[in-house]
Amino acid sequence: MNKGEAKKSNKLLIGGFILSFFLAGVLSFYASSSHDGLVKVAGEIGFIDSAKDHSFSSGPLANYGIKGVENQRLSTGLAGVIGITATGLISYGLFYVVRRKNGVEK
Amino acid sequence: MHIPDGFIDIPTSAAFAAIAAAAVAISLKGAKSSLDEKTAPLAGLTATFIFAVQMLNFPVAAGTSGHLLGGALAAVLIGPFAATLAITVVLLMQGLLFADGGLSAMGLNVFNMSVVGVWVGYTIFLLVKKLLPRSKSSIAIAATIGALLSVPAAAASFGLQYALGGTSTFSIGAVFTAMIGTHILIGIGEAIITGFAVAAVMASRSDLVYGFKGETTPLEVRTHNE
Repeated sequence: MNKGEAKKSNKLLIGGFILSFFLAGVLSFYASSSHDGLVKVAGEIGFIDSAKDHSFSSGPLANYGIKGVENQRLSTGLAGVIGITATGLISYGLFYVVRRKNGVEK
Repeated sequence: MHIPDGFIDIPTSAAFAAIAAAAVAISLKGAKSSLDEKTAPLAGLTATFIFAVQMLNFPVAAGTSGHLLGGALAAVLIGPFAATLAITVVLLMQGLLFADGGLSAMGLNVFNMSVVGVWVGYTIFLLVKKLLPRSKSSIAIAATIGALLSVPAAAASFGLQYALGGTSTFSIGAVFTAMIGTHILIGIGEAIITGFAVAAVMASRSDLVYGFKGETTPLEVRTHNE
């Protein structure tokens, strides 16, 4: 990878992370709170009653909010930021381990 | 699309957990050949971005919303094996941290979104790409159509799970019809987001895009007996 390429690559990665940060941390507050497709269908047909509470439904981050934070905008936004950070760390780590080292195994 | 605990019985959920585990094991092997030092960071970004966009439910009809599944998007950007891993990480985070998607239903959800969504989206992408002229914009168009159809496919997969192990006794045909009908609408949102995201990455770093690789190395394509 030459220098220009690396720079462009970093730009994509940093830009993408900032965009994800904005989407999960800010825009998520404005997401539709209507039932999603599956829950809607389950309600219409009637099998919604067979749903059980999630094992972690009273967990500190349940339903994309921080327990104890009253401000809805802050609660959702912080949960989103925690979510992208955790997903980012674990997936970067996983793909770093899984990837083919350059020059090896080609 | 995240199935909660209780909709599907335990034996069926366990069977799908086994299938999902096998799919993840195969994907761990498969991803090794599709990811290198240059593309591995894009795979991490793809998972992160999909987590973020999955938080953004968009309205599709009165009282109904949907969100990106991301299968076709991830498959086109980083290859289907890495895509299965990326979406599985997202589903694990959602289920373990945010109580979204039942823990006993994890295998069902991984199967529908990380396997069916990814592979249907990717297969359609490849078919449409073949029909279109070789160009950068064809990649985004083919990804868009793959995304559009991947969502009703994942919805149909839920219908199959319901037919095999639904804990309630409503008409299987009605579940299929309602799931597919609703998710065709959600697929339109999926298609729009996927099209824009793929076009954006193509514009900045097309050399990293897995679905575009065959076009940039024609020599390799010829050796594959085309």
